[in-house]
Amino acid sequence: MAYPTDRKYTKEHEWIQASGTTAIVGITDYAQQSLGDIVFVELPKVGVELAAGKTFGTVESVKAVSDLYAPASGTVTEVNGDLATSPEKVNQDAHGSWMLKLTLKNAGELDGLLSAADYEKFVAEEAGH
Amino acid sequence: MKHMTRKATRHVNQNEGLIFEKSSAGKAAWKLPPLDVPEVDSAKLLGRSERKDLGHMPEVSEIEIIRHFTRLSTWNYAIDLGMYPLGSCTMKYNPRVNEFVARIEGLANAHPYQPEKVSQGALRILKTLSECLIEITGMDAITLQPAAGAHGEMTGLLMVRAYHQSQGNARKKILIPDSAHGTNPATAAMVNYAVENLKSDSNGMVDIAALEAQMNEDVAALMLTNPNTLGVFEQQIHKIADILHAKGGLLYMDGANMNALVGKARPGDFGVDVMHLNLHKTFSTPHGGGGPGSGPVAIKKKLEPFLPTPVLVTKSDGTLGFEYQRPQSVGRVRAFYGNFGMFVRALAYIQANGPDGLRQTTEDAVLNANYIRKGLEGIYDLPYSTPTMHEVVFSDKLQAKKGARTMDIAKRLIDYGFHPYTTAFPLIVPGALMIEPTESESKEEMDLFIEAMKSIAEEVEEDPQTVLDAPHSTRVSRLDETAAARKPVLRWKP
Repeated sequence: MAYPTDRKYTKEHEWIQASGTTAIVGITDYAQQSLGDIVFVELPKVGVELAAGKTFGTVESVKAVSDLYAPASGTVTEVNGDLATSPEKVNQDAHGSWMLKLTLKNAGELDGLLSAADYEKFVAEEAGH
Repeated sequence: MKHMTRKATRHVNQNEGLIFEKSSAGKAAWKLPPLDVPEVDSAKLLGRSERKDLGHMPEVSEIEIIRHFTRLSTWNYAIDLGMYPLGSCTMKYNPRVNEFVARIEGLANAHPYQPEKVSQGALRILKTLSECLIEITGMDAITLQPAAGAHGEMTGLLMVRAYHQSQGNARKKILIPDSAHGTNPATAAMVNYAVENLKSDSNGMVDIAALEAQMNEDVAALMLTNPNTLGVFEQQIHKIADILHAKGGLLYMDGANMNALVGKARPGDFGVDVMHLNLHKTFSTPHGGGGPGSGPVAIKKKLEPFLPTPVLVTKSDGTLGFEYQRPQSVGRVRAFYGNFGMFVRALAYIQANGPDGLRQTTEDAVLNANYIRKGLEGIYDLPYSTPTMHEVVFSDKLQAKKGARTMDIAKRLIDYGFHPYTTAFPLIVPGALMIEPTESESKEEMDLFIEAMKSIAEEVEEDPQTVLDAPHSTRVSRLDETAAARKPVLRWKP
């Protein structure tokens, strides 16, 4: 799997794609693959403040319920309502299915996240455990 | 089916529709004698609440009811048919002596509203069981009220919260290792605590450095399962308790895996402040199909004022009774005093075994898990080589190369006559196969299981499609669990 280089990644398997002070957030293809068929995505409401590294929602698959961690701090400006009725879209195209839009508090936070190459390396190690 | 072992064989059972579909108007399985008391006008009594009809209730005869449920019962797999290796569930045999004792007339027909003075025998059972469980766990006091494990967790954390409140600060969060049962974070959230994840180290144990870094005065408690869900004993348990206690936190132990400790190690001796037990796991009361369960919570002295009401006490005249006036109590958590029938069975189990028998049970449970580990090591990947206690966790890493995942292997196991093991849990092992044989299994049954698992591994190499399409011998083939979760059909409609 080639991970898009237009965004940053976390060790908790979220991606964030920023443009100026706004950003979109989703989970990685590796995450959707390890979760299996996703049946429910629980997301915060518009206006909620997220803190980097803290949970902001959950993804439920036939195997488990997993927390979602905010890659960066910011305020939620939009939530992808499609995922409420069609959670399978995350399985079909994880990198194209954004979950949240954020106004970033500090765009500099993204510098501390993983590049596509680093994330790919991290995933290879984790899968090889 | 060339690898089929001796255990599974063809079994004829009958197709059966829903009971609603068997209904025909006017049929009944009952007949009442003529009314010999004045008739009451129900409309006058109930007003608008009176129902003129019962909606869609099935109308069938007695033999149709009996056949319906008997046919359904032949579709079941049960511990009385064979090994039930669900990891973390401790699906052990339910000894018949438990059932014999529970059916003794005075116990079976006792009523919770009987006055205490004619309930002394029943109360003595509660008292004796409490004392046994306190001795087994090394704790100071206990409540038998909670109806199952997660209910016990909630009761325990309510007491943790009440304790911290009495110290002037309820605190904010609960630490939970990434190997924990899913109920632990759910419980913490129910009791209004934030959950903070704690990473495991490379041996599958709590990372002491991470715990030290995350522990502070905001942490109310750590919820720990010991042995943990990898079947690994937390060897630094004393150190873990010290780190928590130094900052005023409490150590909660999820007792789901007590089957590895009974008679060998006592949580009260290794720093646990509050814990729950699962009588339907460790103490051989029925598990599954509604049980019902029972999740007593044992505590250290400092939590005693917060026990749920009523509390079983010995009165000044030597008789037993319930005490309701407990100003610091978290309140009642269950009607009456919990699932009494389970207390009778658990006590029968404890007394039939005695201390040495219980110790032997623990030894056999650990021996059996290690027997399975040895039998399958190398054939299935073992992600953590730390010594195994009562259950062993493999991963599907080797089989995944051919496309067969833990769920596929589990489904194929059904064709060999076994209930599947626990799949995909604990979450820290990708593609986990979690196997807990319990002490109930003989070497012969475990050999059949090992043979079946080896045969499936061979099938994955030679003919993976057979495994991917399994089960083949069941009434229905593989069910679409995803569709069931995404678009559930929850009720029958005419």
